[in-house]
Amino acid sequence: MTRRRALDLLLEAGVPVLLLVVVAIWSSNSGSYYYPPLTDVLSTFRRAWLFDRVGSDVVPSLVRLGLGYAIACAAGVAIGLVLGLAPRLRRAADPIVQFLRAIPPPALLPFSILVLGVDNTQKIFIIAFVSVWPVLLNTIDGVAGVDPTLRETARVYRIGRTDRVLRIMLPAASPQIFAGMRTSLSLALILMVISEMVASTNGIGYFVLESQRTFAIPEMWSGILLLGILGYGFNALFVLVERRVLRWHRGARASALS
Amino acid sequence: MLHVDHLSKTYGEGSGAVEAIHDVSFDVDAQELVCVVGPSGCGKTTLLKCMSGLLAPTGGEVRLGSERVDGPPEKMALVFQEYNRSLYPWMTVRQNVGFPLRTRSLGKRERSTVVEDAVASVDLSRFLDRYPWELSGGMQQRVAIARALAYQPEILLMDEPFASVDAQTRADLEDLVLRIRHQFGVTVVFVTHDIDESVYLSDRIVVLTPSPTEVHEVLEVPLPRPRHQVSTKELPEFAHLRAHVYRAIKRRQGQGEDDAAARPAAEPFARS
Repeated sequence: MTRRRALDLLLEAGVPVLLLVVVAIWSSNSGSYYYPPLTDVLSTFRRAWLFDRVGSDVVPSLVRLGLGYAIACAAGVAIGLVLGLAPRLRRAADPIVQFLRAIPPPALLPFSILVLGVDNTQKIFIIAFVSVWPVLLNTIDGVAGVDPTLRETARVYRIGRTDRVLRIMLPAASPQIFAGMRTSLSLALILMVISEMVASTNGIGYFVLESQRTFAIPEMWSGILLLGILGYGFNALFVLVERRVLRWHRGARASALS
Repeated sequence: MLHVDHLSKTYGEGSGAVEAIHDVSFDVDAQELVCVVGPSGCGKTTLLKCMSGLLAPTGGEVRLGSERVDGPPEKMALVFQEYNRSLYPWMTVRQNVGFPLRTRSLGKRERSTVVEDAVASVDLSRFLDRYPWELSGGMQQRVAIARALAYQPEILLMDEPFASVDAQTRADLEDLVLRIRHQFGVTVVFVTHDIDESVYLSDRIVVLTPSPTEVHEVLEVPLPRPRHQVSTKELPEFAHLRAHVYRAIKRRQGQGEDDAAARPAAEPFARS
């Protein structure tokens, strides 16, 4: 059993490393201007991101991402709880939600720049506006779909409204809420990059575009690499938190299946 | 103590209306254990939901003491059939049992004493800090019973609580109900489709007709107490009562006695 696990871990870590080695060898004597040797990209990466541009580009990007995502999660859960608990309201809001959610996000950029300018507020708005939908829709679904027996139990024991919403509906819907938050996280990262590529003066997205425009190809690649690493890291962090918070859910599901 | 007075319940309106309960009346005295039995799909759960205030009746009323029931009363607890859906899986046994007490004006220490006593009375003290899904089905239903007891109700409603546990566990749980009823002096209304179970537990049995439901008969159960899974069920009176209830239910379903007699004699009322 443990040997098998060790083998799995080896595969998980080994394959990416192997891939890197292959790319490094393949690119080492590449004459192509667009695909510089991996070693060049890595040394540029070290120069740029450890830690020269952390304050000027990485921090602004992360602040936008963090705030936008946090607002999306908070608003999505709060509005989702209200709509999930009120079928009439949900019905009335549904077409509006579906319409707003269907707008392709980049189409909102010109409007948001016009109204909010080009500073952080606009970028945070775009990130939040786009990544709110998966959280909202999943919260509505999760709350509306809470097992009737669970609700009736709360009624029989005369659980107060606040406790009922926060300690029963919210946890009962949390597996679905987390699924929505996970989708939103990758959306938030995408929108962070897009918003920084249009009308921006700093940020990782800005850096990637600016490097390309000034033919600093290794820099461009190093930015892409950093974005990949960030995305991977955030997702891993998210899974870690989700596993902790939803431990009961995995346990309950496993016992229901057995 | 509990009065069901010309209760009726119709779902829907107009041509799509379904009459679940036609007219049901019966009383439950304080500290009595009454079983409500009826054929499958006879509106037992609807009746129980009306009695517990979860569902508003179409006609008639339910009174607890002198108060009309129009929502779940404070002095009433309900144990659902689906223990795995009525216990909160994100709470431990301790939290589940203590949760309904949050609104009571109890000190922290007092509350945890109540919780621990209730859990002890169903013999699960070792599992206070486990999650419900870490326990077997029978144990989960005991947690649900402990939660009801901790709520300190005067009347305990049970909706086919042992329908989804195995036979051995079921016998243990039946004895648990008899014990806690004695220990806590609580009135119990026990809904079941299991005739053996109803005769074994009851002081009185309310036999229902198929839907739209009426009361077919209210039956005294003069079996001696304390009851015992083996010796009580050996008594000729037990066999008579069980046959009586069985015929009452089957006849109303339109099945003759010959039909019943043709079944294997050993276990005519196969438990599902």
